[in-house]
Amino acid sequence: MRWRAGETDSRTDTTFLLFSGCVYGNECDVVASKCEQSSVLLKELRSSMMSEGSSFMKGLILGGIFCLVMSFFETFNSGTHSEGHEHLHHHLKPVSKDELQKLSESQMSDWTLQVRVYCLIMVTPKLLVHWATANDTWSKHCDKSVFYTSESSKALEAIDLQEQDEWARLRKAIKHAYENAGDLRWFFVARPTTYAIIENLKYLVLDKDPSQPFYIGHTEKSGELDYVEYDSGIVLSYEAMRRLIEIFKDEDRCPERGHALWKTPEEKQLATCLKYTGVFAENGEDAQGKGLFNKKSVSSLISDSMGQNPADVVEACCSDMAITFGGMSPSQIQVLMYGVYRLRPYGHDFHDSLTFLPPNDSDND
Amino acid sequence: MRSFKRHILFLSGIAVSVLLSKTCLLIRSTLTPSFTMNDSYTSTVQHAVKNRRAALDLSQKVRVLCWVMTQPQHLKSRTQHIRATWGKRCNIVLYMSSEASDFPTVGLNVLEGRSQLYWKTIRAFQHIHMHHLDDADWFLKADDDTFVVLENLRYGLSKHNAEEPLYFGRRFTPFVAQGYMSGGAGYVLSKEALRRFVKGFADGLCTHNTEIEDIGLGKCMETMKVQLGDSRDVLGRQTFHPYPPNNYLPRQLPRPRPWYLLYEHYHPVEGPGCCSDLAISFHYIDAVQMHTLEYYTYHLRPFGYKYRFNPGVTAVHDANHEDFNPSIVCLFRSIFQPHCIPLVGPKDKSDPQSV
Repeated sequence: MRWRAGETDSRTDTTFLLFSGCVYGNECDVVASKCEQSSVLLKELRSSMMSEGSSFMKGLILGGIFCLVMSFFETFNSGTHSEGHEHLHHHLKPVSKDELQKLSESQMSDWTLQVRVYCLIMVTPKLLVHWATANDTWSKHCDKSVFYTSESSKALEAIDLQEQDEWARLRKAIKHAYENAGDLRWFFVARPTTYAIIENLKYLVLDKDPSQPFYIGHTEKSGELDYVEYDSGIVLSYEAMRRLIEIFKDEDRCPERGHALWKTPEEKQLATCLKYTGVFAENGEDAQGKGLFNKKSVSSLISDSMGQNPADVVEACCSDMAITFGGMSPSQIQVLMYGVYRLRPYGHDFHDSLTFLPPNDSDND
Repeated sequence: MRSFKRHILFLSGIAVSVLLSKTCLLIRSTLTPSFTMNDSYTSTVQHAVKNRRAALDLSQKVRVLCWVMTQPQHLKSRTQHIRATWGKRCNIVLYMSSEASDFPTVGLNVLEGRSQLYWKTIRAFQHIHMHHLDDADWFLKADDDTFVVLENLRYGLSKHNAEEPLYFGRRFTPFVAQGYMSGGAGYVLSKEALRRFVKGFADGLCTHNTEIEDIGLGKCMETMKVQLGDSRDVLGRQTFHPYPPNNYLPRQLPRPRPWYLLYEHYHPVEGPGCCSDLAISFHYIDAVQMHTLEYYTYHLRPFGYKYRFNPGVTAVHDANHEDFNPSIVCLFRSIFQPHCIPLVGPKDKSDPQSV
C-alpha cells in the first residue's frame, strides 16, 4: 500500500505513523527506512573520516533526533491546523427548520418519498430476545426491515446467511439489501441491541442526496482511519452501497476473509473498503453539535450528565432528535418505545413541516 | 584545519537529516481535495417551535398546588430532582418536611418515620387550608419519588368543577368501602374536598385512626362524602401509576395478577394498553429515572410523527368524509358520564358535556 495523492488527507497524524501499530505497515517502513538512510549516510561519512569520531557522533545523533523532533512538530502543527478543517468535513447536521419552512409542497413530497429507509438488522441466535424486541418495536418504523442471521434457529424469523464470520456476513447482507432495495435509497445497519428512532434518521438525511455517497453515524478514529461505530448504527446512502458492492469484488483492497492473524472488527473493515472508494465517515449531530448516535443507554447517558452537569442534566445530556441508543434491555426498550412515540405533555405541539404516519398493525406507538 | 572540517561535516550531517525529514513529511502530508460541504449544516441554533398556548391557558384556568411529602435526609438524594424537573410546573409547590429549611421546606409539627405519614398528611393539608386555600383550585399530594406531568393533570381536571367534592388518583379497592386513592401514585383533591377534609378533623368526624396515610385519607373522604373520580382516559388506560413504567408496559402472556396489581379497583391491563399517552404520574422513581422521564416527556421526540391519540383536537366538520375524526374533548372518563361524549362539529350547543 502506497500513499496516493488525493486519497490521503492532511489530517493524518504523522506521529502515529512512527509510533502506533501502523494500520498500513508499508508506510511505516518507508519513513523508518528514510530515517535509517539518513543515519546510514552519516555513519558512512564518519567511517570515511579519520578517527576523531566525537563531533561526527554528535552530528549523527543530532541528525537522528532532529528527524524525529521535526516530525513531532509537523504533527503538532498539522494537528491544530486541521482541526478547523475537520469540523467542516466530518460533522453532518439536519436541515434547519428555517430551510424546511421555505420549501414548496412538491419539494416536500419529493423529499418525503426520497427519504425511505431499508433497515438491515444483523442477528444471531443468542440474540433471540433482542430480535423479538426489535421486531416488535423500532423496526416497524423502517419502510422495509430485514433481519439477517448467522444461522437458522427455532422461532427466529430472519434470512439465514449461513455465515459465522461477521464481516463476511455483513457483506452478504449488504449485497442482499442492495439487490432488494426497490426504490429505497437509504440504508441503516444495526444489531438488535441498538434502538433507533427512524423518523429522526429521516430528519437527518432529509436534504441529503442519496445518489451522493454518505456514510454516517457516530465516528471514531483508529490510527488514521475514521470509522462509524457499529454499536450506534450505520447509515449508508444508495451511492455508498453501490460503491461498496463494486469494491467487494477487489480481493486485494477489500478482502472477504482477512489474511492477518488478528481479526479486524467489521466496522473498521467497512470503513477501509469505503475509504478506497472515496467515501468517508461523517458524524451525525444536531444543530447544537450534540451527537445523535449513541451506543450507551439513556439512563447511562443521564447518569453521566448528572455527574458532569448537575445543574442542567437533561439539557446537557442528549439531543431531542436523538437517533440511536444502545445497551438497553428488552423491558427498557419497551419503556423507551412508549417514551418516544406516546408519552408527552398535553398542549406541546410541534409543527414539523413533514408528517410521518404511524405504522399499521401496531399498538405500542 | 581539522576542526573546521569536523564542523563542516557535523553541520552537513544535520543538514542532510533535516532535508530527509522534510521529504518524509512532504510525502506524508499530501493534501486532499477539499470536500464541498454545504455550509448550511452549520446553521444557527434553533429550538423547536412549540405551541404552548393550550398548556399556558390551562395553567391559569386550572390552578394546581402541589405538595411533596419529604424529609430532611431525602432533600439531596430525591427532592432536589423534583425541584429540578416537574416541581416548577405547579402553580405553587410546597415541600413538606418535619423541619423548615432553605430548600425551601415547610416545617410541619411532626416527627419523621413511616408511622408518622398520616400525621404529616393531616398537618400538611391543614397548613395548606390555612395559608393557600384561595391560591389554587386543586391540591395534589405526591411523594418525593413520584414523577408528575402537570400539563396532563390540568387537562384531565379541566372538565371538572373544583367546587364539587371530588378526588382523583389511582383507585384501590380494599380497606375502604368506596375505595381510596394510592398515596404513592399521587392524588388530587378539589377545593371542596380539601375544605371537607379539614372540617372533618375540626369536627372530630375524622380522626388519626391509622398510620397508613392513603387509607386514612380515603376513609375520611368517605365519611365526608367526597366522591372518587375515574382518572382512566377515554380509552380505558390509566393515568396515575403507583409503580414505574417498566412494571406495566412490557408485554406479558396472560397471567394471574402480579402482587402489585392486587389492589386495583378497575381491571388492570398489562402491556402497552396499561398506560395513557397523557400519563400523569409514576412512582418509585429514583433520581436517574426522574431525569430520564423528564427527557422522554419533554425532550425526546420523533420528528414529524402523527400521534395516534389526539384528545382535544378539533373535528373535521364533514361527518361523511372518510377521515372524519370525532373530537374527544376530555381526558378522564369522569364519574358523571361513563365516557366522554365525542363532539360532532364545532361548538355544539346541545353538548351535555359543557359544565
